[in-house]
Amino acid sequence: MGRRVVLGLVGLGVVGVALGDRLASLTAGVTSSVAPAVNQILPAAGGFRIYTVTNGYPEKSIADYRLVVQDRDRRVTLSYEDIQQMPQTTFTKDFQCVTGWRVEDATWSGVLLADLLAEVGVDLAGRPLRFTSFDGVYTESLTADQALLPGVLVATHLSNEPLSREMGGPVRLVVAPMYGYKSIKWLDGIQVTSEVVPGYWEERGYAVDAWVGKSNGRNDEPVT
Amino acid sequence: MPRFSRAERWVHWTVAILVVALIVSGACLYFPFLSGVVGNRNVFKWLHTAAGFLLPLPIVLALMSAAFRADLGRLNRFTPQDWVWFRRSRRSDVEPAVGKFNAGQKLAAAVTAGALIVLFGTGLVMYFGGVFDDGLQTGATFVHDWVSLAVSVLLGFHIAKGLADVDALRGMTGGDVPAAWAQTHHARWAAEMSADGGDGPAQELVLRSSDERDRPPGTDAP
Repeated sequence: MGRRVVLGLVGLGVVGVALGDRLASLTAGVTSSVAPAVNQILPAAGGFRIYTVTNGYPEKSIADYRLVVQDRDRRVTLSYEDIQQMPQTTFTKDFQCVTGWRVEDATWSGVLLADLLAEVGVDLAGRPLRFTSFDGVYTESLTADQALLPGVLVATHLSNEPLSREMGGPVRLVVAPMYGYKSIKWLDGIQVTSEVVPGYWEERGYAVDAWVGKSNGRNDEPVT
Repeated sequence: MPRFSRAERWVHWTVAILVVALIVSGACLYFPFLSGVVGNRNVFKWLHTAAGFLLPLPIVLALMSAAFRADLGRLNRFTPQDWVWFRRSRRSDVEPAVGKFNAGQKLAAAVTAGALIVLFGTGLVMYFGGVFDDGLQTGATFVHDWVSLAVSVLLGFHIAKGLADVDALRGMTGGDVPAAWAQTHHARWAAEMSADGGDGPAQELVLRSSDERDRPPGTDAP
């Protein structure tokens, strides 16, 4: 009898793995309509999983926050206020992680990277960008074409709330058409480089051009 | 009265340390508020996978112990009396006379064993992620998440039960339990033990007579 319980559970586990893909998005749908707060505590209910590579989360207040944009010798330092004064964009997109989880319909607000570059007067002219984080470790990159896409946002808000520290606040990058690791958290620097400098995760084997469903050996559905 | 052999206690506490390490490191990887407080994702990832890969080792080694195998046999065998145990009145002071393990312990053991196998399997899928289909990876993550949450709750009950009954706990620390405790909570086992003067012959019978596993109570004393 005990053996039957064990085998039954293993069988259920196998069924769960086979159907888990669909069950996961079903669970996410149910919890987000019934008790959305659960998602923030339990990632299994469809929330974000927080990955950090350093000791805890770095912290910076909105007042102390600075974003340095550098193009060769030219440096522009922006405050949080400066970023808020720029033309604002809000979009709702799925957030897909390369490890398989997806948060459906995340609403991000901020300045499109293309708009921010135009505001500070940087013309990429085909040159790529390198992004740094004030955690001191995390870096990322985008080619000029990728940087100017309409799904690339310098984000200050998620779900109309200022970005929390664990979600990468006060300011992070959101690269919606790519896997989550491209959306660098705690953004504090944007530099124009002469060629693409692979970022933190890319040095650890992940694809530099991280299109959802077309890279990293995965075939996830495109984000919508 | 001897309840658990040295080998059984050794496997229990080794597994306990590994499972606690797995739950703590897993929680640090999983809960957003904890990940933030502790950081060091690579360290916890290493700890979690190392403890996970080690987990089957003490269990497989323990199969060399006759006492462990005998207790597995006892845990596996549900008797009609076990259904009585499940249906008994919670307020009643009188416990049904049960063997070495009551029905709740048998069920918990089976559920834990099944869950650990599922966690190990889904953990492998997550660890060797790239080898598997994307859907399977998401499915494995989904199952691993929920099963580990359920197992943690079950483990919480297990620890609370152990701490609430010091005599029961002694069986797993020093190996012996007071005879009075055995008579109150595991009367049939106590009777079996005093009839035998030991554990040996009864275990041999349990191990060898697999066809007698589901025989009615009252007939399994030698």
